[in-house]
Amino acid sequence: MPFCKMHSILGRQQLSPNVTRLKVRASRIATIRQPGQFVIVRLAEDAERIPLTIADADPAAGTITLVIQSVGKSTRELVALKPGDAIRDIVGPLGHATEMIASGRALCIGGGVGTAVLHPIAQSLNRRGVHVTSIIGGRSREWVIFEEELRRLGEVVVCTDDGSHGRKGFVTDAAKDVLAMGGADIVYAVGPVPMMRAVANLTRPLGVRTIVSLNPVMIDGTGMCGGCRVTVGSKTRFACVDGPEFDGHQVNFEELMDRLTIYREFEQRATACADGGCRLEAAVAGRPAQ
Amino acid sequence: MPEQDSAARAANFDEVNLGFTEELALLEASRCLQCKEPRCTQGCPVCVNIPKFLGLLSQGRIADAAQSLLEDNALPGVTGRVCPQETQCEARCVRAAKGRPVGIGHLERYVADWARTHRDQLSAAKAPATGRRVAVVGSGPAGLTAAGELVQHGHGVTIYEALHKPGGVLVYGIPEFRLPKKIVAQEVERLQELGVKIECNAVVGRTWTVPELREQFDAIFIANGAGLPVFMDVPGENLKGVYSANEYLTRINLMAAYQFPHSSTPVLHGHRVAVVGGGNVAMDSARTARRLGAAEAMIVYRRTRNELPARAEEVHHAEQEGVNFEFLTAPVEVIGNDKRWVTGLKCLRMKLGTPDASGRARPEPVPGSEFVLPCDVVVVAIGTRANPLLTATCPELKLNKHSYLIADENGMTNLPGVFAGGDIVRGAATVILAMGDGKRAAGAINNYLKPAAS
Repeated sequence: MPFCKMHSILGRQQLSPNVTRLKVRASRIATIRQPGQFVIVRLAEDAERIPLTIADADPAAGTITLVIQSVGKSTRELVALKPGDAIRDIVGPLGHATEMIASGRALCIGGGVGTAVLHPIAQSLNRRGVHVTSIIGGRSREWVIFEEELRRLGEVVVCTDDGSHGRKGFVTDAAKDVLAMGGADIVYAVGPVPMMRAVANLTRPLGVRTIVSLNPVMIDGTGMCGGCRVTVGSKTRFACVDGPEFDGHQVNFEELMDRLTIYREFEQRATACADGGCRLEAAVAGRPAQ
Repeated sequence: MPEQDSAARAANFDEVNLGFTEELALLEASRCLQCKEPRCTQGCPVCVNIPKFLGLLSQGRIADAAQSLLEDNALPGVTGRVCPQETQCEARCVRAAKGRPVGIGHLERYVADWARTHRDQLSAAKAPATGRRVAVVGSGPAGLTAAGELVQHGHGVTIYEALHKPGGVLVYGIPEFRLPKKIVAQEVERLQELGVKIECNAVVGRTWTVPELREQFDAIFIANGAGLPVFMDVPGENLKGVYSANEYLTRINLMAAYQFPHSSTPVLHGHRVAVVGGGNVAMDSARTARRLGAAEAMIVYRRTRNELPARAEEVHHAEQEGVNFEFLTAPVEVIGNDKRWVTGLKCLRMKLGTPDASGRARPEPVPGSEFVLPCDVVVVAIGTRANPLLTATCPELKLNKHSYLIADENGMTNLPGVFAGGDIVRGAATVILAMGDGKRAAGAINNYLKPAAS
């Protein structure tokens, strides 16, 4: 007898060369989710449990939007889903809602797929009447996502590494300018760990509260495994239940980056295996060289 | 009980105990003296009428024995494998006074296994539907037992499970070689056939709150376990290669990481694995490490063999499978290399001092005894604490100073109609104690739901 409801895919859109948006049926989660919260999905029996931030939700339609960066075997399988396919398990909403301000100015900084996480935060701020400025970045024009959506909520500064769209350079350069000009009461930074670290380093001397969203390795998402532990202000916290958002000035980013590499060799093997080298893999399965 | 050869089994995940043959089972059952006032039953947290099912079994009336057992115990295939019978029923068997007690646990397992494969020969009679509905939070041993009892009373039962598969600690914690997942799945299926509904991927405290469930159901039984792992709080604990036992075992048991890359979830295998702790979870972790190919798996425990909280059989099996024991040893730091991978566990030797509040001798460090145990994986198995997810969203629930739920002798919390049991009330304990709570609370819920006499 089945224990789960299958979650059908109702829409799919390629946002950048490796980022895909899926609209998925999950009515309970669509009704109660808040900005900053995430789900854990498991595509099929024997699949990995993958944490994904809820980028948007439509309570009336009973759908949530997941934005997925394809990085390994499991995420590749997820982004290959088409309307009519289904995800076996979705659990959530998990984690705490984003800390909000009631008025003033917010600076929202997104890098890569993190921009999708930023979007519901900016939406909620905008709804409260907070002045929102967004700075989003990508390698080049085709890697920039959610620009249109964020423009509806306030000014947007786009940064690309090659200058093919917006200004050339890092999001932190643009952030420096925005902070120098008008300042901000709060900064939200979501993206690659080095980007979030750079933003935190930029805002720390200015004393501007900075919220970052962390995505460490996790399994259950309910505090049970402790795999997602991060050091925040010299205390160990579990990102799944204590986070996923923390005070960026307190996070030990070096440790987080390091812990994100624990399974790198396994991921490469799984990807190689999915590409067809599995028989050899099975023969030498064991511990990765360290 | 016949066992798999220890050398062979240290390299596979198949069940260690092979089970009785029919001949052996009938012979062993006939050793029961059918005491007028059986003490074995008093030693059982779910009050199985042991002489009754053993008597029926010894007469060869195995279907009747199974019927009798299942009336008392919703998960006999589980308890027959993981209960500490040697300190419960078997410890009180009169035969134990003069030699070997009746092998009650092994016989329970035999009858349960027979019942699972002969379901058509068992009656599935239950009380007529009452129209009352009960929500059970958590599908571990306490929740499944309560659900089984409540559905027999004719109540509608829905279990809310946070993970994608029902069974709780029976599927994420206890390894395949001790409790095959197939057995848990079949016990769960039997409950579903009786009418229990199970909703997986439903985290009470996130997806639903207790007040929301209270509006939809006539009563609630909270049995969400004591989930959060306790760490040692020593330097180096976030190095790569340090796991909580919960994570290590969940990856391997629930997510089948031992089959990677055929399964999708990885786990670090480790050449030398140090497991900190001395309970059943520590034994499970060390024995699992051996099966994943560790040349050495060590139990690092700060007291001596005599104080090990693990079951004697688990310690014995671990030793047979080549697990080493470092007694009177307490870790003070996890050591890593320049790439932040674990390379060792810095420890102090201990000696036993005067008894502490728990009555056990307090371990005291031996000055200047610091040394490093080389290892590349550390598994921390020193216990769990209450998961605040559920209680944080229902602040009216009264908690004790350790954040566990407070329940009365019937299992009812301070909120009328909201009952609780298992680890979330008593702290980390055993499967059978949780089942005892589930059974007792189900009885109390049944009374609570009875229409008031008019």
